[in-house]
Amino acid sequence: MMRIPCPWCGERDEPEFVCGGTTHINRPPLSASDAEWGAYLFVRENPRGVHLERWRHSFGCGQWFNLARNTVTHEITWVYSMTDPKP
Amino acid sequence: MTGFRLAAPWGAQIERSRPVRFNFNGRSHSGFVGDTVASALLANGVKRVARSFKLHRPRGIFSCGVEEPNALVDVGSGGRRLANVRATLLPIQEGMNVESVNCWPSVEFDLAAVNGLLAPLLPVGFYYKTFKWPDWRWFEPTVRRMAGLGRAPRQADPDLYDEVSASVDVLVVGAGVSGLAAAVAAARAGAKVTIVSQGSRIGANALWRTRSVNAAQLIEELDRLGVQALPNAAAFGLYDHNLVCVRETLDRAGAVEPGGPPIWRERLWKFRARDVVCATGAFERPMIFPNNDRPGVMLAGAAQQYAHAYGVACGTRAVIVANSDSAYEVAQTMKECNIEVVAVVDCRPPHMIRSPLARSDQFYSVQNATISAVKGGRQVSGCVVSSTQDGSRHRAFECDLILSAGGITPAVHLHSQAGGKLRWDDRGSMFVPDGPAPHVFSVGAAAGIFDGVYAVEHAHQTGLALARGTTPPLPKHNDSVSSLRSSHVRQARGKQFVDLQNDVTASDVELAARENYRSVEHLKRYTTTGMGTDQGKTSNINALVLLGEATERAPGEVGTTKFRPPFAPISLGVLAGYRRGELLRPRKSLAAHSWHESRGALFEDYGGWLRPAAYPLRGESVEQATYREACAVRKSVGVFDGSPLGKMEVFGPDAARFLDFMYVGTMSNLAIGRAKYGLLLNENGVVVDDGIVARLAEERFWINTSSAGAERTAAAFEEWKQCEFPSWKVLITPVTARWANVTVSGPRAWEWLNAIGFEAALAPKSSRHMSILDTQLGALRLRVLRASFSGELGYEINVPSDQCQELLEQLWRVGKQFGAVAYGVEALQMMRIEKGYIHIGTDTDGTTLPTDIGMSDFIARKASDFVGRRSLQRPAALDADRLQLVALMPVDRKTPIPVGGQIARTPPPGVSEGHITSSAISPELGVPIALAMLQGGSSRKGEYVQVHHFGISVCAEVVTAPFVDPEGRRVHG
Repeated sequence: MMRIPCPWCGERDEPEFVCGGTTHINRPPLSASDAEWGAYLFVRENPRGVHLERWRHSFGCGQWFNLARNTVTHEITWVYSMTDPKP
Repeated sequence: MTGFRLAAPWGAQIERSRPVRFNFNGRSHSGFVGDTVASALLANGVKRVARSFKLHRPRGIFSCGVEEPNALVDVGSGGRRLANVRATLLPIQEGMNVESVNCWPSVEFDLAAVNGLLAPLLPVGFYYKTFKWPDWRWFEPTVRRMAGLGRAPRQADPDLYDEVSASVDVLVVGAGVSGLAAAVAAARAGAKVTIVSQGSRIGANALWRTRSVNAAQLIEELDRLGVQALPNAAAFGLYDHNLVCVRETLDRAGAVEPGGPPIWRERLWKFRARDVVCATGAFERPMIFPNNDRPGVMLAGAAQQYAHAYGVACGTRAVIVANSDSAYEVAQTMKECNIEVVAVVDCRPPHMIRSPLARSDQFYSVQNATISAVKGGRQVSGCVVSSTQDGSRHRAFECDLILSAGGITPAVHLHSQAGGKLRWDDRGSMFVPDGPAPHVFSVGAAAGIFDGVYAVEHAHQTGLALARGTTPPLPKHNDSVSSLRSSHVRQARGKQFVDLQNDVTASDVELAARENYRSVEHLKRYTTTGMGTDQGKTSNINALVLLGEATERAPGEVGTTKFRPPFAPISLGVLAGYRRGELLRPRKSLAAHSWHESRGALFEDYGGWLRPAAYPLRGESVEQATYREACAVRKSVGVFDGSPLGKMEVFGPDAARFLDFMYVGTMSNLAIGRAKYGLLLNENGVVVDDGIVARLAEERFWINTSSAGAERTAAAFEEWKQCEFPSWKVLITPVTARWANVTVSGPRAWEWLNAIGFEAALAPKSSRHMSILDTQLGALRLRVLRASFSGELGYEINVPSDQCQELLEQLWRVGKQFGAVAYGVEALQMMRIEKGYIHIGTDTDGTTLPTDIGMSDFIARKASDFVGRRSLQRPAALDADRLQLVALMPVDRKTPIPVGGQIARTPPPGVSEGHITSSAISPELGVPIALAMLQGGSSRKGEYVQVHHFGISVCAEVVTAPFVDPEGRRVHG
C-alpha cells in the first residue's frame, strides 16, 4: 500500500486513490487509421523504471494529477498537475 | 530414555506455581503456565507428535519456534478450532484438547504409513506423471481426502480482530540485544521509536542467549525511556513505502472452545516507519544425514532454548552433529542440565573450529566426521559416525537425542521484501544483506554479525544515525562463523531430508536438477521444497546449496527464491479486521425505508441498495405480488421509489458541448425544459450506461444515469473533463443522494397527482413527455421529469431526500380511490421487458455496441466526435453477424423462456447463436416474453429458434418489440 502525495491534500494512503494508467496519451481524431486507434486503446509502454501516470484522489479532493513513479522501487519522484508538461 | 523437566532456575518463562493439565490425542499431560504444547510434551517424554505430509513417517518436535516443520497440531472445536498450529508457539491452557494432524487412526499407528513403502513410486513431481490415465477424475476424491494436513473448522469465527494504523520514526523489529540496543540509541537521541517482538516478554531470550552483553540493562533503559514496546507482536510483512504489518496476539492464552462472549483475539498494526531496523536474528541450519527426520533429531539451539526458557531437557543422551561452533556452546548447556553429551561430531576440519570450548575435554569430539546412519525406526536410539573424507566407519554411539548444528541462516525476509539485495558469505555459508534496502537497516545476526559486543555497538550506531538523519554504518564482514557449504553424506543408505514438512530429500533435489529444473524457483515448485507452512526456514539454504552442487554453481549464483509476505502463517481474521458481516459491504438504504416497510415491502439487495423487490400481501409469493403490481400499474396507477437512480447537475458555458462529447446523441440542441434519452459508450464503443439528459437552463443540465452506474458515470465525466478538457468551463456535481425519486406511473397517474395539488402545467395536455419542470408542492420543492421506464404515463418526481417520506405519505392518503399500488423493482422489470426497453448489464455486456441494440439512428444524425465513436467504424463493429437484440415469444405461447438459455440449432454440445438476456410473463398479454441477443437477429424476424437450458428446450419465435403499445401512445396520457 503506497503513500501517494496528492498535490492538494498531502500524502495519503493508496486506497484513497484511483489509478488512471499512463498519462500524456494523445487522443487521435476521427480520421485516425484502425491501427492508430487500436494503439491508442490498447498499446502501452511497460517500462522497468520511471513511469508517468495519472491518479485521482477519489476519496479526498477528487482531483486528477500526474506523477512519476518507478515501477520497480515504487519511488515517486515527481508530482505535477494535469496541465503541466512532461517533466 | 526420554525428555524430562529440569529443576529451577532453568525455565525462565514457566510459572512452577501454576500447573496446567491439557489433552494431547486424548491423553492427559501436565505442564505449567508459560509452557507451549511442544515444551510440555517434551517434558512429559512424548516422542512422536506427527506424521509427515507425503510419506507419513513418524516425526517429533524439531525446533523451538516459528520455523517448526513437524509439530503441527489442531486444537479446539467449533468456530474456535484452529488447524495446523505450530505446537512450539501454542501456549497450553487448562483442559485444552490438542490433536496430531495427518494421521489415522493415531500418530502412533498410522495406516497411511504404507505410503512409506510406496516411496520409490512417489519421487518429487510424481503427480505430474501419474493419476492421469484413464481419467484423472477417478483419483481426485481420494487425493483430496489425503491432501492437506489438519482439519479446518466448519463454523464461523466468532471472535474479534482490531486494526490500528500508526506512524513512527524508527520501527525496530526484534528484541534481541541488537534490537534493544538500536531502539535505546534511537530513543535516547529523540526519535519516536517502537520495538516489536514475537516473544511474550520483551528481551526475554536475550537474557540467556547473549552472555557477553548486559541485556538486562538495555531492557531496563528501554522501559525508562518510555519506548513503545509490543510483545506478542510478529512483523509479518514489509510493503511499499515502509509499511510494516505486525500481528499482535491480544488473547495470549486464546480460548479454543466455543461459547462465551466474543474475545478480542488479534490486532493488525499498520506501521508507517520512516526507517525500519531489522533485528530479526537468524535460524539454525540443520545437518543433512540419512534418516535425519527421526523423532529425537532436533536443532541444537532449540535444545538450548527449551532448557533455558522452559526448563525442559529434550533427552538424556545426546550426540551433537556440527557444522558450526555453536555446537560447543550447546554441548556446554547440555552438560549444565545433566544431559550426557555422548559425542560432538564435527564435519569440519580442525582448522575451521575456533570455539575455545571445542578444546575442552569434557566431551568426546571428532572432526571431519558426520552421521552416516541413524538407529531406531520410531525414534532415535543411536547413530553411526563415519569420516567425511573417505566414508570409513568411525564408531557407533547410543543416544536418544541427535542435535543438529548445521550452520546459521540470517532471517533476511523483511530486508528482502523491501527490495534489499543478498550476498553469499562463503566463510559462514549463509546469505547476508548486501547493504541496506531503502530505509531498511539490518543489525545483529540478521545482518550477519555474530559477535555479541560488536553487534550491540553496530546496532547502537545504527539507531543513533537514524535518529539524527545520518547514514548508519555498514557492518564489518563476518569472521566469527565458519561453516562448510553442505554436509550431506553421499552414497549412504536411507533418506536424507532437506525439507521436513513436504518430505523432500536430497535425492529429490538431484532428480529435479537431472530433469533440468535448474532455476531455484523451478526447484521450489517442482519439488515443493520450501512451500510448506514453514516456508523453508530450515530447508531453503540446504536445498539451493545442493542444487548448486548438482548444477556446478556456487550458492551465490543459484540465489534464493523470492521472499513474499506473510513471514509466517497469519489468521484470515486479522486481515479482515472489521470488514465482515454487515460491515463488509455496508448497504445503502432508501430515505423512505420505513414507509416501504410499513407498506409490507420485501427488501432485496440491488447493486448495494436495499430496495423493495415487491410488496407481497398476506399469502402472496413474490411472483404473484409482482404480477399483481404490474397489472395494477398498467390498469390504473402505481408509485415506485427510484431514489438510487444516478443524478448529476452539469453546468457552465461549455456544458452543452461537453455533453455532446460524452453522449451518443446530440444534447446541445435540447430546448430548455426538454429531455432526451442518453446512451453512453466507452472508448471501445461498448455501451456502458444509459439515462436521460434534460435541460434546465441555457448552461444547466440535469442528468439521470442508471442506478448501478451512478458513481462510475459521474467519475467518467469527471475524468474526461479534468484530463482531456481541463480548459473547458464545465462543472459536474453528483447529486444522487441529495434527491430522492418518487415515480408515479399508470393511466391514472395525473389524476392521482392532481388530487394532492400538483400544478396544472404538469397535466398531460399541458406538458409533454420527456420534459422537466422545477415546481413546488406546498413546502416541498420538486423537480418533475415526465419520463417512463414502465411504458405508461409517467412522472419521475425528484424531491429532496429528507422530504421523500412526506410526499409518499401525502400521495398514499388519497391513493385508494385511484386503485393505486406500491410497486417494486420486480414489477418494473416485468413492465420494461414488455416494452422491449434494455437494462444495461442485463441485456448488454462488455461487447455490446449501440448498433447491436438498434440505436444506430442516434449516430447517423450526429456529425461530431463522441466517446467511442471511432471504435464503431472498425470492421468488427460493422459485421452483420454480430449478436443483436431481439424479442422472443414461445411458439406455444405457454412455456417460459429461461434467462441464460442458449439459442442453437441443436442441443449442447454445439455452437451457440445467442442467449436469453431477460424473461418475464407479460402482465398484459398473459404469455411468456423474452429479450435475447441473437446472431444477425435484426434480420431474422419471424424465424423459429430453439432455446436450450439445462436439459430443457423451448421453441421460440422472433417477434417485434415492444410487446404492448407498439406506437408508444400511453406515455402521452
